Amino acid sequence: MSESKMRGKLIEGVTGSWEVVIGLEVHAQVLSNAKLFSGASAAYGGAPNSHVSLVDAGMPGMLPVINEYCVEQAVRTGLGLNAQINKVSVFDRKNYFYPDLPQGYQISQFKQPIVGEGVVVVDLPGGESVEVGIERLHLEQDAGKSLHDQDPNATFVDLNRSGVALMEIVSRPDMRSSEEAAAYLKKLRAIVRYLGTCDGNMDEGSMRADVNVSVRRPGAALGTRCEIKNVNSMRFVAQAIEYEARRQIDVLEGGGSIHQETRLFDNKAGVTRPMRSKEEAHDYRYFPDPDLLPLEFDDAFIARIKATLPELPDAKKARFVSEYGLSPYDAGVLVAEREIAAYFEAAAKGRDAKAVANWVTGDLFAALNRDGKPIGESPVSADALGEMVGLIGDGTISGRIAKDVFVIMYETGERPAKIVEERGLRQVTDTGAISAAVDEVIASNPAKVEELAKKPKLIGWFVGEVMKKTQGKANPQAVNEALKAKLGHLLGE
Amino acid sequence: MSDLMKMTLAEAREGLRARRFSSAELAAASAAEIAKARPLNAFIVETPEIAAAMAAASDARLARGEGGALEGIPLGIKDLFCTKGIQTTAGSHILEGFKPVYESTVTQKLWDAGAVMMGKLNLDEFAMGSSNETSYFGPAVNPWRRGNDDAKLVPGGSSGGSAAAVAAELCFGATGTDTGGSIRQPAAVTCIAGIKPTYGRCSRWGIVAFASSLDQAGPMARTVKDCAILLREMAGFDPKDSTSVDLAVPDFEAACNAGVKGLRIGVPKEYRIDGVPAEIDALWEQGIAWLKEAGAEIVEVSLPHTKYALPAYYIVAPAEASSNLARYDGVKYGLRVENDDLTRMYEQTRAAGFGREVQRRILIGTYVLSAGYYDAYYLKAQKVRTLIAGDFKAAFEKCDALLTPASPSPAFGIGEKTNDPISMYLNDVYTVTVNLAGLPGIAVPAGISKDGLPLGLQLIGRAFDEETLFSAGSVLEKAAGFTGKPGRWWA
Repeated sequence: MSESKMRGKLIEGVTGSWEVVIGLEVHAQVLSNAKLFSGASAAYGGAPNSHVSLVDAGMPGMLPVINEYCVEQAVRTGLGLNAQINKVSVFDRKNYFYPDLPQGYQISQFKQPIVGEGVVVVDLPGGESVEVGIERLHLEQDAGKSLHDQDPNATFVDLNRSGVALMEIVSRPDMRSSEEAAAYLKKLRAIVRYLGTCDGNMDEGSMRADVNVSVRRPGAALGTRCEIKNVNSMRFVAQAIEYEARRQIDVLEGGGSIHQETRLFDNKAGVTRPMRSKEEAHDYRYFPDPDLLPLEFDDAFIARIKATLPELPDAKKARFVSEYGLSPYDAGVLVAEREIAAYFEAAAKGRDAKAVANWVTGDLFAALNRDGKPIGESPVSADALGEMVGLIGDGTISGRIAKDVFVIMYETGERPAKIVEERGLRQVTDTGAISAAVDEVIASNPAKVEELAKKPKLIGWFVGEVMKKTQGKANPQAVNEALKAKLGHLLGE
Repeated sequence: MSDLMKMTLAEAREGLRARRFSSAELAAASAAEIAKARPLNAFIVETPEIAAAMAAASDARLARGEGGALEGIPLGIKDLFCTKGIQTTAGSHILEGFKPVYESTVTQKLWDAGAVMMGKLNLDEFAMGSSNETSYFGPAVNPWRRGNDDAKLVPGGSSGGSAAAVAAELCFGATGTDTGGSIRQPAAVTCIAGIKPTYGRCSRWGIVAFASSLDQAGPMARTVKDCAILLREMAGFDPKDSTSVDLAVPDFEAACNAGVKGLRIGVPKEYRIDGVPAEIDALWEQGIAWLKEAGAEIVEVSLPHTKYALPAYYIVAPAEASSNLARYDGVKYGLRVENDDLTRMYEQTRAAGFGREVQRRILIGTYVLSAGYYDAYYLKAQKVRTLIAGDFKAAFEKCDALLTPASPSPAFGIGEKTNDPISMYLNDVYTVTVNLAGLPGIAVPAGISKDGLPLGLQLIGRAFDEETLFSAGSVLEKAAGFTGKPGRWWA
């Protein structure tokens, strides 16, 4: 594609080029039935304050107890990020006052996170890939939610989210364009979804990103960054970066300087705005939570989790390339979602895998996108799609007829063999019938036949006419052969 | 006064089992004494109706030949333990009127053992104090007086109400909590026994937190044996407290009779502190002699980092407190001073809800955790803590328990030290090291000051070796042969 898809994309300012440097802090809600330190349900939704334990409400004398499953999930994620797993980590208190923070502090991990450095390979739309470093992953509690729109005079607080386990995944400032940032987020989402450690549902807030953006002259030292808080879609991440980079360049080129600050992305206006300075003037007074012992586990614990890891996107992509002969690009598209990869593999079983890949990424994706349906709701089952590719392969239908068959399959959910049979779409391979149609076309178009001698490409027009006459059912190869037999002399063959 | 209340807890237990009297009678006698003793201000809430109902249930169980280890025994509960449906204040205005919907693990275990609840006992606000004078509900008063002087004396703190109630024979025992000496110092100055168990021995679940890494619940009673009986029921692993330890609870009562023959008792030279009254040192020498006579070997040991303990404690404890008390913000429960501006609501609620000492400690704690100060204060204090624990570890290679004074002075007058926080903090000089190292410590009545006030000795043990403390404590108690009781000036 265009230059914008390339690594090291530069932004032109009036005084020259600028490079944008991006790092992401992604908050991913741990898939777990219970909260990080209490037995209350971590499910999304529910009537306000219906998923709240005494611990989550910060009642006097209540104590946190670590949910071992959440620890397992964090380790699983760390393994999926090819990261160092820290067998000893420490929970700290991050102290600040807010009505939706009942304890007056958030339990997080500050100096000793559960997961250390790792790396994510990010596939770019051009087929290229880049590595983005992971600095750390730590576990922390979510806060509750302040509801400002329920009453004209009061703010209400819903503590359902209070205490829900989050993984904060911090990247290195390794991204150089909004496309890379979006691709990184997409890859991260794919990995946690493969692992089953986060549902990646950005609409429900189970994944959200704080985006750190700075700009610099190419090759210069890092510029001062601004942090854009709580961006909750991939599109907004890209938009926020585009806006923020341009804003910083304008400030710098106007002779100003960037001061480190926290900003919010206004997705309606498409701009970032500074948060009120009061909210950023925190000294969180981190210190180890004395209610919790350091979190310790052994190699066996890690090994047990490692043994349950599924095949991850990178490995699956490599296998799709080697096993099915797919292009890296197609393989990358198919492994982006675990469900899509599974669909492809089910459909490709015993079939022409490349053809299946083309149908999945082509007609099927187009139809699903049009209807806003996930692959799990596809009216065309993997098995049916495989069957259809089989019908093409064995010559029962032509690729062209298959397009129509697919539309009917998608609309009715019927099996392709049945559709072909009932609607008489079987490909005509009877040379007599084809020959007759060819003769008819030649006879009724003498002018075109004359033209053909000068313009051999017109043979395609003849193919088209013959196909029309046979309602598309003629075997295209047979039509070609028949035409060549009768008109070949004009083509100098 | 009914003679019933003069019994020890152990005697009351035997009497109940033998059906010589009923739990209902005990509860009624206790309630009557509590009502008469209101000048002591030991209770914040009295619960005679609850006590009567619990006692009736105990009597029914006893009649069936059933009942737990504390069946029918009237107890007082420090108002730091959350008690279901009963106001729990931590001695603070900010929690006035707060009725928990849950019961602390320790008190639940006591009720499960059949104990009878007489009410909630006064304490320093959020357990911050050594004299019970920081309570929003006014100071509890020591039943003891200096000779014929009728000046009111403090019962020590923070478990001052517990100490006063037990010393005045209002109930047979009480719960206390000890963060820097809050069981042992009040026990020492009111002539009762009190033990701070090893950190992790009793669950902290449902106890209003002061300094989480130091807080530990323990019993206060008139004899060492009574403490042993109570602790057995209070202790035990609780999965709801990540710092509680999964260890079997020994038969502490049996340990009371084990004696000290062959035990090595360490005497730490650094606990001879300048400016401490001679009578404290004399008492200490007396204690050494008693243990020696009973067959213990006395060894001098060194705890070289002792002098850093008090400063380290007054960094760690306020730091944790500043965070633990952040939840009292006017949003969810307790006091709220309304204001349209959120920050003002916080400020005004906390200004009105917390007393001066609590505010002072929140400020100290906030300061020592602040960016730029954390390493110099909090981190350094934690290092000191590690060194102090190391001191004890080394000492316990040479001995089985340590003997020290429990308090640097006898009870002092109400108001005498309130304007001098440093001199108030010095009350904990013998006790804080034990909390910093997480070890068990027991205070035992041992002598009388020149003014006729009780003085106590402290024994410090290895982690989870409370049994040695009960053995040696019983020996001291027996040797001291203490029979004096405070005059019942309040009745």
